[in-house]
Amino acid sequence: MSGEPIVDVQDLTVDFLGGVKSLRAVAGVDLTLRSGEVLALLGESGSGKTVTLRALMRLLPERRALIGGKVLVDGHDVRALSKSGLTAYRGRTIAMIFQEPGLALDPVYRVGDQIAEAVMHHEGASRRDARVRALALFERVRIPSAARRLDNYAHEMSGGMRQRAMIALALACRPKVLLADEPTTALDATVQIQVLLLLRELQRELGLAVIFVTHDIGVATEIADRIAVMYAGRIVETGACRDVIRTPAHPYTIGLLASRAGRALAKGERLAAIPGSPPDLANLPQGCAFAPRCERAQPVCEAAVPAEVAVSDGHCARCVFLHKSEATA
Amino acid sequence: MTAITGLGPDVPILPARRIGRGYWAGVGRRLLKDPVAIAAALVILVIVLAAILAPFVAPADPYRGSMLRRLRPVGDALYRLGSDELGRDMLSRLIYGGRLSLLMGLLPVVFAFFVGSTIGILAGFVGGRLNTVIMRTVDVFYAFPSVLLAIALSGALGAGILNAIVSLTVVFTPQVTRIAESVTTQIRTRDYVEAARVSGAGPLAIIRVHVLGNVLGPIFVYTTSLISVSMILASGLSFLGLGSKPPEPEWGLMLNTLRTAIYVQPVVAALPGAMIFITSISFNLLSDGLRSAMEVK
Amino acid sequence: MEQFQNDVAARDRGGPAQPLLAIRDLVKHFGSRRGWSGPWVGAKAGQRRGAVRAVDGVSFDVAKGETLGIVGESGCGKSTLARLVIQIIAADAGEVLFDGEAVGTSAPDLAAYRREVQMVFQDSYASLNPRLTIEDTVAFGPRVHGLSRRAAIVRAHDLISRVGLDPARFAARYPHELSGGQRQRVNIARALALQPRLLILDEAVSALDKSIEAQVLNLLVDLKAEFGLTYIFISHDLNVVRFMSDRVMVMYLGKVAELGACDVILASPRHPYTMALLASMPSMDPDRRTSEAPLFGDPPNPIDPPSGCRFHTRCRFAAPVCAATAPALAEVGPVHRVACLMATPGSGHPQAGVPEAA
Repeated sequence: MSGEPIVDVQDLTVDFLGGVKSLRAVAGVDLTLRSGEVLALLGESGSGKTVTLRALMRLLPERRALIGGKVLVDGHDVRALSKSGLTAYRGRTIAMIFQEPGLALDPVYRVGDQIAEAVMHHEGASRRDARVRALALFERVRIPSAARRLDNYAHEMSGGMRQRAMIALALACRPKVLLADEPTTALDATVQIQVLLLLRELQRELGLAVIFVTHDIGVATEIADRIAVMYAGRIVETGACRDVIRTPAHPYTIGLLASRAGRALAKGERLAAIPGSPPDLANLPQGCAFAPRCERAQPVCEAAVPAEVAVSDGHCARCVFLHKSEATA
Repeated sequence: MTAITGLGPDVPILPARRIGRGYWAGVGRRLLKDPVAIAAALVILVIVLAAILAPFVAPADPYRGSMLRRLRPVGDALYRLGSDELGRDMLSRLIYGGRLSLLMGLLPVVFAFFVGSTIGILAGFVGGRLNTVIMRTVDVFYAFPSVLLAIALSGALGAGILNAIVSLTVVFTPQVTRIAESVTTQIRTRDYVEAARVSGAGPLAIIRVHVLGNVLGPIFVYTTSLISVSMILASGLSFLGLGSKPPEPEWGLMLNTLRTAIYVQPVVAALPGAMIFITSISFNLLSDGLRSAMEVK
Repeated sequence: MEQFQNDVAARDRGGPAQPLLAIRDLVKHFGSRRGWSGPWVGAKAGQRRGAVRAVDGVSFDVAKGETLGIVGESGCGKSTLARLVIQIIAADAGEVLFDGEAVGTSAPDLAAYRREVQMVFQDSYASLNPRLTIEDTVAFGPRVHGLSRRAAIVRAHDLISRVGLDPARFAARYPHELSGGQRQRVNIARALALQPRLLILDEAVSALDKSIEAQVLNLLVDLKAEFGLTYIFISHDLNVVRFMSDRVMVMYLGKVAELGACDVILASPRHPYTMALLASMPSMDPDRRTSEAPLFGDPPNPIDPPSGCRFHTRCRFAAPVCAATAPALAEVGPVHRVACLMATPGSGHPQAGVPEAA
């Protein structure tokens, strides 16, 4: 992991216009990522994790989404990129894999041709060289009978294989940053673990910086070096994977970990569920967005959004009840 | 008693009986915000009202002609919009003409809606072989260009308003049937229909409660888009002498009888065409607006 | 106001020893189609395209008051099985016995059966008619079975509050105004409105956020105790199944791979597929991450499944005999059965034992 962060996001805000008032989907997110590091963005629906990810590639609808803050990826100021700059940026510097491979793979073109097209466009290679690269990529992502599979259409492949093909497409132009938007959520368990291991292996081999969005703590545990927990458009806790999982500091993270059905439970014991519903982004409370569901909530929580407090080295959370170096089980 | 797991104060208390939050209320609201749709609706309203209140609105008797005052131009002292080839007041004839034109345009669509929906929903819901039989029969009719089919049927049935309405109904029913079948097939596979079957409901109850409400909307919108076509076809049939007969005022027929006057008074001769155009496009725009209003959610 | 009762005890016919549901050799093949999907598994060029063998000979019992978990991946047939049990698709072969009596296909039989068995679907939004209010949705079932509108609405309100929603706030709302968790509660209320004895939950919590999933699971546990229900809980998430179930059935490609008490199966599985499933679960410990995927490739397509034991193509213990003989469910414990040649003495598999002398 080298010195300068390759992704540097400060005070990112995303507002969706249209309707009576604008909706603040992301309300001040700070992210730094070093090359070779995997950061998991953990959160539920409405937490803003997918919007954050898409903002990094400017994949949000231009007119409806207002992006604020500083977004620097590999030295590029993403918000200031021109149309042509954006096209060059996507694919070469940064790439994305999606939950539904059908979104990235065009159903009317053969998969090998799509990868070759990306290579030819970004690197100006000849068609033959591009096909060679595509074959190499397919073998890298462990697709069996790679040469034959290059000529398949997307619908001729199974779910796991499509996902691998999408990974190959994303890596075609050797990006430095990979964004993963819940790529394993729709996969079966036995396929999911294969794809996760593949991603880990590729990431190590290619030195990629990865931001992995997921709602599944287990997946985050398997793949992340660092975890950032998001709630209602803010990062409420961030730290090394081990720290966040073993010694969570924010009540939301604590609640999420405690409510897992996989924990060792006595027979007849109920799950420690977090009460209430996910927040309504149109009507967020004044102070801490989690306060309505938090058992520790006090009037001070509703006064203002809690500032970030460092719990230990590299581990911080937004909660007024935390003091430096306090580790809460 | 199960403890109510706290849900937070996120949902406000509502009165027991609510009005205006249903789907159609939402559609109405969105429609009212659409300026184009409102304008189209107003135009249609004016034309329809004028047609209904024709005896009170029209300045002169549409049947009384005068050989002396033939083909007067627009803006004439006596005849506001000119007079036709038999000296009859164009404005009155246009107003009265609205009655027949609208009737011949709307009735076939209305009939096609009921007949087509019934057949289509039935075919869509039942599925299987019956569906195939019905839909392939419908396809046969659908294969004919509508104008040709209308002319052919009218020719076979003979001229006359009633026959024209019948033939146009036959032309439009297959189109409505197709849409109805397609939408019903989509809805039939939805989870909530399956859940209704699991509840033990019979097919009629399912159709009534679950299918109709969700299916009639899209069918209705599609049908309104047929009105504009129907008006043009009806006028076309009358133009060809297969619809209404002289001396009835009807826009298509008027276009025919004024054909010879096109070099003498082109504006007057084009007026009935203008009316057909305005009415047809207004229905079209209204139907588009309705579709957009329904599309959300 | 009439309190909603579930007269489970009154309707019980066979007593506690009789299984509430007994499935015998259920088979469902979906007609052979000339598929548009290319030959990505199994089929070679020119091979006749077979039927989709979604459920291919499944037998199991569900005891009164228990929760049977069914796990499996895509193509295993668990959703088809659910629909067969609830009789919205007709089986090709096999029987369904409810409390000792075979469920017929005649209308009065089915109507009575519908009152006994209900289902909660996965997609909470698609399961609700967007044009009906919540109370109308919940009241629909009782009305179909003859209850008057007023009585049905009263029952609906009672159930809506039992699943944790305030009727004053929710009864007159439409589905699009509710969150996913709230909608799923409505689905549960709707299923309970007919006072069933058996509730099938087909991936009922899979689409929910994890924090809401925990709430709904707790609710399901409470309702089961309160109304004396029996559950069939279908899920792909082993942790959830472990929490909810008394016994677990693992399915693979239309057949039962393993069946037994939940703790036993998940602690010491005997079928290689179950072992692989357990090993595929993401680790909960950041220091002990999974280093090797237990299985390679995707779950195969139920069209043209492998010969013999269906799992043999991906099994690391496979022996030549596995391609030839399909294993039957063999008893390996008091309530533990496995369909694996390794567990069947005398099957010819190198790891199988010698049959015990009679």
